[in-house]
Amino acid sequence: MASGALAKPPMRGLLAKRLRFHIVGAVIVALGAATFYRFGVAEQRKKAYADFYRSYDSMKDFEEMRKAGIFQSTK
Amino acid sequence: MTSSLNTEFAARGVLTCSPARSQGKMTPYSNCYAQRSYPMPDEPFCTELSAEQQALKEKEKGSWAQLSQAEKVALYRLQFHQTFAEMNRRSNEWKTVMGCVFFFVGITALVIWWERVYVFPKKPITLTDERKAQQLQRLLDMKSNPVQGLAAHWDYERKEWKK
Repeated sequence: MASGALAKPPMRGLLAKRLRFHIVGAVIVALGAATFYRFGVAEQRKKAYADFYRSYDSMKDFEEMRKAGIFQSTK
Repeated sequence: MTSSLNTEFAARGVLTCSPARSQGKMTPYSNCYAQRSYPMPDEPFCTELSAEQQALKEKEKGSWAQLSQAEKVALYRLQFHQTFAEMNRRSNEWKTVMGCVFFFVGITALVIWWERVYVFPKKPITLTDERKAQQLQRLLDMKSNPVQGLAAHWDYERKEWKK
């Protein structure tokens, strides 16, 4: 019946195949995004704050701000 | 493959075929024209059948194994306006669309330029460079966002931006 040049295309399981491909891809992308965020953003931020406050002198900071004249309650 | 569709049945069938309700030159979105999103139209493409086509339709009521390849193709052509390949063919319409989009964006740009020159009022005094520098100095004095933000990038000893 067929001319012989074309193979019979897949007739069944089209949705299942598509779903499997896309679900696996979605899981990989989601995990990748989460991992990137954890290490690229969250951990960096925690480290930055820890480093900042390790050697932070709040009284010295306050004195500098007071001398710059930004406070209304004191000079 | 499409050349094989021009057999004796199909050649005459398509030319004498008229759609159920003619809709003029516009692409119809209705009963006998299929689209990718609505692939099984409500009505067959040809409704006025010649005698040969009637005979073919009668033959179709029997076992399909007795139909020849050409007859099957002719029946398909009676039922449907185009094959899937023909219906889904790509076109150059996107170039027209993009061209018109850019054209109108360009017109909008000219209109906004004219507005900028003739319509907009003067900018407020707080946007002058001197005032903006004073605001920035105050932010730095307040040490705003000292961990990761603005004041974190300012070197307070040397009074300049960190490299």
